[in-house]
Amino acid sequence: MKFAVIVFPGSNCDVDMYHAIKDELGEEAEYVWHTADNLDQFDGILLPGGFSYGDYLRSGAIARFSTVMTEVVKAANAGKPVLGICNGFQILLEAGLLPGAMRRNRDLKFICRPVQLQVENAETAFTNSYSQGDVINIPVAHGEGNYYCDEVTLETLKANNQIVFTYKGDNPNGSLEKIAGIINQQGNVLGMMPHPERAVDSLLGSNDGLMLFQSIVKNWRESHVVNA
Amino acid sequence: MSLMLEPSPEMIKSERIFAEMGLTDEEFAMVEKILGRTPNYTETGLFSVMWSEHCSYKNSKPVLSKFPVTGKKVLQGPGEGAGIVDIGDNQAVVFKIESHNHPSAIEPYQGAATGVGGIIRDVFSMGSRPIAMLNSLRFGELDNPRTKYLFKEVVAGIAGYGNCMGIPTVGGEIQFDPSYEGNPLVNAMCVGLINHHEIQKGQARGIGNTVMYVGAKTGRDGIHGATFASEELTETSEAKRPAVQVGDPFMEKLLLEACLDLIKSDALVGIQDMGAAGLTSSSAEMASKAGSGIEMNLDLIPQRETGMTAYEMMLSESQERMLIVVKKGREQEIREIFSKYDLEAVAVGQVTKEKNLKLTHKGSIIANVPVDALAEEAPVYHKPSSEPDYFREFQAMTIPAPQISDYKTTLKDLLSQPTISSKEWVYDQYDYMVRTNTVVAPGSDAAVVRIRDTNKALAMTTDCNSRYLYLDPEMGGKIAVAEAARNIICSGAEPLAITDCLNFGSPEKPEIFWQIEKATDGMSEACRTLQTPVIGGNVSLYNETNGVAIYPTPVIGMVGLISDLAHITTQEFKQAGDLIYVIGEAKSEFGGSELQKMIDGKISGPAPVIDLAVEQKRQQHILQAIQLGLVASAHDIAEGGFAVAAAESLFGQNGLGAEIVIKGDVISALYAETQSRFILSIKPEDKEGFEALVEDASLVGTVTHDATLKMVNEAGINLIDVDVSELHAAWKGAIPCLLN
Repeated sequence: MKFAVIVFPGSNCDVDMYHAIKDELGEEAEYVWHTADNLDQFDGILLPGGFSYGDYLRSGAIARFSTVMTEVVKAANAGKPVLGICNGFQILLEAGLLPGAMRRNRDLKFICRPVQLQVENAETAFTNSYSQGDVINIPVAHGEGNYYCDEVTLETLKANNQIVFTYKGDNPNGSLEKIAGIINQQGNVLGMMPHPERAVDSLLGSNDGLMLFQSIVKNWRESHVVNA
Repeated sequence: MSLMLEPSPEMIKSERIFAEMGLTDEEFAMVEKILGRTPNYTETGLFSVMWSEHCSYKNSKPVLSKFPVTGKKVLQGPGEGAGIVDIGDNQAVVFKIESHNHPSAIEPYQGAATGVGGIIRDVFSMGSRPIAMLNSLRFGELDNPRTKYLFKEVVAGIAGYGNCMGIPTVGGEIQFDPSYEGNPLVNAMCVGLINHHEIQKGQARGIGNTVMYVGAKTGRDGIHGATFASEELTETSEAKRPAVQVGDPFMEKLLLEACLDLIKSDALVGIQDMGAAGLTSSSAEMASKAGSGIEMNLDLIPQRETGMTAYEMMLSESQERMLIVVKKGREQEIREIFSKYDLEAVAVGQVTKEKNLKLTHKGSIIANVPVDALAEEAPVYHKPSSEPDYFREFQAMTIPAPQISDYKTTLKDLLSQPTISSKEWVYDQYDYMVRTNTVVAPGSDAAVVRIRDTNKALAMTTDCNSRYLYLDPEMGGKIAVAEAARNIICSGAEPLAITDCLNFGSPEKPEIFWQIEKATDGMSEACRTLQTPVIGGNVSLYNETNGVAIYPTPVIGMVGLISDLAHITTQEFKQAGDLIYVIGEAKSEFGGSELQKMIDGKISGPAPVIDLAVEQKRQQHILQAIQLGLVASAHDIAEGGFAVAAAESLFGQNGLGAEIVIKGDVISALYAETQSRFILSIKPEDKEGFEALVEDASLVGTVTHDATLKMVNEAGINLIDVDVSELHAAWKGAIPCLLN
């Protein structure tokens, strides 16, 4: 499987994502600069964390106008897996690929720490290697990760099982209903604030994130066998 | 502003305008002699900023020359953007520490942020990829709104810049003491990795080659920042707020990536950060080092504001700018590298044979001065030095062990002293994991960062106990280096070299200059004994508020090499049943200790004594034991003494406890800060091998699984019996509690 790691000016978790895919997952990955106007050769699209355009405006608000985002939307509409982590999640929200918005963390400070997540939906293309209710260790590192959406949207998210991860125990950033990650209705676009690409090697404290990437590959292989 | 007429050379001289810029009468006379005429306004500005202590080290050169600066593995010593040490496999580590004290005292967020930005540029200007940041901070006590404000904003500024850059902030140290109330210290260290063939120099070689300006535009921010950094802080310092620069980490991130692309091009000749004294220092130093000159047309300098004068442009310290020299005719390649990142690279001048810095602006020559005079010929002062009375008094004192009856409460109180307590409130705000190489996170003796695609890692730390330095600068200087090395050794690494940031008061005062001399004597000796040469650093003098100096604070930044990831060792006990050893016996040494400060509210007496030969031997033995796989955990015994170190070894949150027998004088054994001591835990099966290797080791107890810390004396009488969770809560909650 071949992944595109989209690089915006100011992305800084691109290297981590790239190595998670290449070194730990053992699949192909390529950096794709934000000016790219074609993603056809890629099977999966990864939007890494960082501070696109410095996040001087609302996080992700400028990056979503990048040339490559037209292609990301196209890939999402074509059913390719699209994963946005941290700043990548914020960009997906700004681009309208996922519902809701991010506010500054409740305590108005950047937070970086390992947290526990609960897998709320283990039947998605991104989580099918986990079991329902699994508690996994994945770090967070963000200043604007306080997820918010209106009541109607929240009801829709719940009704469709779109809440994929929640924070277990303390709510680190004040997110609505402790939401840490959500998926679109079609099930191919996932956004999450925690960083699974930082949890792929037990030397660094956890490899619980690796199964997320393995799920993507597993799902892709299965769907390609079916489609063939 | 542009309409204001600049003073004529005659006015500069007759009205002593040079003095406002920081030049003395003698220095101004020297400038006149060098030029053979009276300098104009811009030229006076060039000299004043290049001859400031911050840029010229005119007061500190004589003491800096004592440092050992060479070694088998040193590839670049002091003099360039940062020092470089070989780590094998054609790779090298690049690092440097720098201060941003004065700016942070009056505008803490931007002061700290731009301090981080500046040191990062120093490291990537060498051609190296920055892989980690550390810092060393000093504040007054957290008992007043001003200090709390400074503390919060400095931390936020460091986080804001480093996090956006995507460089993990992996370690540091913080001390709180009234000595820093008006003059906090903000020292930032950056560590980078480089391949040998990619090492760059800041040199303007090749007559006719093109000088290009890259990065952010030049504005009016930070004008005369280097001069401001070379003065004491007073009540009027607030008015110097415009001398503090404003940081743009996004711009720096782009500049970093572009410069790392740039170094792969053979069109590049030299590169230097526009740091202190901006365009002036980068151009003059690059030319001086290469034995050439530089001619620039200031009309071409990208400007943020209209109507900037030559003086303003040359003295601006706008951030995120670099000066590069490229081969003539290849400017277009360079422009293309930068345009990928939407950055401009603008040709602004050329390298000349005549060794002058020659500036034109609006069609006329505005400055023409020899580059060596600016960069190399600042006067060097051998300041008078005299031993202060307080030192003689302290040396003559005998400090009795404090009277303590409740050992448990004393331990809890020590753990909640802000200097000792958990700094999680701080590092929680730093992205310490980005780049996914951080193996040992902040909060340990040293941070450990692996080197991808190898089986190696780097250990890094910052250290300085300034209380010891105040009581006895020479002893304290030795201890600062030794303690940094202890931290590195405990993480399983071999110390490689140090960078230092010499924070002192005004060198004009003989007592302060004596502190500088003695501290650097001590540091030099320790660096020689422990074989950690000084590969670069920074001097920050005039750290005084209304005439009162800070404690002498020469911060040590040390980096060590872990040759095998299996050697990585942390301070937490690992398993019930493991044996606990103490290396080194405690003496009744309480001068400058945390306990003395806590009880008396001040420090006095002689500092603890260090024997560097003993230190070196113990460090070697412990490192050998770690490398042989005989050590489960290792932690140095520092502030607060053995009791604090033992408690910290239990804060791994793995439900472990310890039973320890305290031998000899109880108060010394628990709380004294005798040097060269360690607490280690060893698996029972490694007992013999370990004891044979580490001769000073004394078996004192066992790791248990009941999450309590029990200490008894030799007669079996209970001294301390406390739940680890109670100690942990005191330690972890102290700083948040003081801030809320």
